[in-house]
Amino acid sequence: MTVRVRVIPCLDVANGRVVKGVNFVDLKDAGDPVEQARAYDAAGADELCFLDISASHEGRGTLLDIVKRTAEVCFMPLTVGGGVGSVEDARALLLAGADKVAVNSAAVRRPEIMADIAQRMGSQCAVASVDARRVSAPGEPARWEIFTHGGRRETGIDAVAHAVRLAELGAGELLVTSMDGDGTQAGYDLELTRTIASNVDVPVVASGGVGTLDHLVAGVVEGRASAVLAASIFHFGKHSIAEAHQALRNAGLPAREVAG
Amino acid sequence: MAETVALIDYGAGNLHSVHNALQAVGAQVVVTDRPEDVARANRLVLPGVGSFKACMDGLTAIPDMAETLREAVLERRRPFLGICVGMQLMARFGLEHGRHDGLGWVEGTVAPLKPSREVKVPHMGWNMVEPTGPASLVERGEAYFLHSYAFEPGDDDLSPVCAVTTHGGRVTAAIQKDTALGVQFHPEKSQKYGLDLLTRFLAWKP
Repeated sequence: MTVRVRVIPCLDVANGRVVKGVNFVDLKDAGDPVEQARAYDAAGADELCFLDISASHEGRGTLLDIVKRTAEVCFMPLTVGGGVGSVEDARALLLAGADKVAVNSAAVRRPEIMADIAQRMGSQCAVASVDARRVSAPGEPARWEIFTHGGRRETGIDAVAHAVRLAELGAGELLVTSMDGDGTQAGYDLELTRTIASNVDVPVVASGGVGTLDHLVAGVVEGRASAVLAASIFHFGKHSIAEAHQALRNAGLPAREVAG
Repeated sequence: MAETVALIDYGAGNLHSVHNALQAVGAQVVVTDRPEDVARANRLVLPGVGSFKACMDGLTAIPDMAETLREAVLERRRPFLGICVGMQLMARFGLEHGRHDGLGWVEGTVAPLKPSREVKVPHMGWNMVEPTGPASLVERGEAYFLHSYAFEPGDDDLSPVCAVTTHGGRVTAAIQKDTALGVQFHPEKSQKYGLDLLTRFLAWKP
């Protein structure tokens, strides 16, 4: 046996509440983040991810408080992302209780921020968030570019080259989200995940588009991901963490056996 | 008076997580950067996140801390728990960002894990902890690992390794010398397995 495939529920948080949108529009309230975190901890989630989508400064302050309160009651690793613009932002989240910090737009503007965070606080806490859309036409060799602002703004940056660069600069993990798939429940962009995972030594987390347990399995078998992130299928009770672990084991993959 | 656990604050991260977990299992925790608190405490916990050098520099920047720890653990046999880099510091040397002295309590070196496309580094996630010797505090079970360097024993005959895991090859999961226990994984992030280990540590009478 080897290191287990991690199953990571992701909670989108805005102004202190959990929300999850379909393609980042039509946000639906799904509760208190600390309570949800506690429930996922009890259910045996392998890690938890908070993605802050607050636009305002006040919302950011609330996030630090949520992270702190979550760390007091949850004994599993916590990744926090969304709006991390500087090494100081990252440090504040780590001090509040996050174990890893995911950097997105700031690393698009200035990739060296990954090196700054890794050197100051270690690669183990430096997660690079890679939000990509497929830009190649059907029939052409696949190509993806980085999109920011919830997938709305194009940058013209090649997604695979960007991901490889961030790993070289010191990111200890890549969170690869298909903005085409996000919220659709149609499955990960497996080719995107696989292309990036095959070009880096650090773990890749597949994200964006999970609708079934088979999608999680495919993310690992075909996408070569080390971890699978999902939101809606867990939040709305469609599947439990235990079912996700079982589906991975049924496919011959290493997954944790926890009560829950 | 209740037993106290000194949680050593030397600027090396994740202090709060370890504090929270120790409190959750009922420990009376003193978070401190003062050698006199360390000398007085019944049990000692040394956390650590980041690089070997940065952590060692942080520890040695506190006057008398390394010597007070050595005396408390190796001479007065206070139970000690090193976590992640806190465990790695027990070694003679670390090879992260150059060769650096550790506390030197056990013979061995902290060396980089070797990545490949199949064996990702950092070793990140839950993995099986397999005890290698007779019963110890560290039981078989799944724990959360997050590291790019690992302890390699210097002398196989006197190896302090008491548990291993598998990532590419055999990787040290825990070491022990007398009353000093070090775990590479994060008990404070390992849900029930980790809290159970901390509970046993609090009751440990080596």
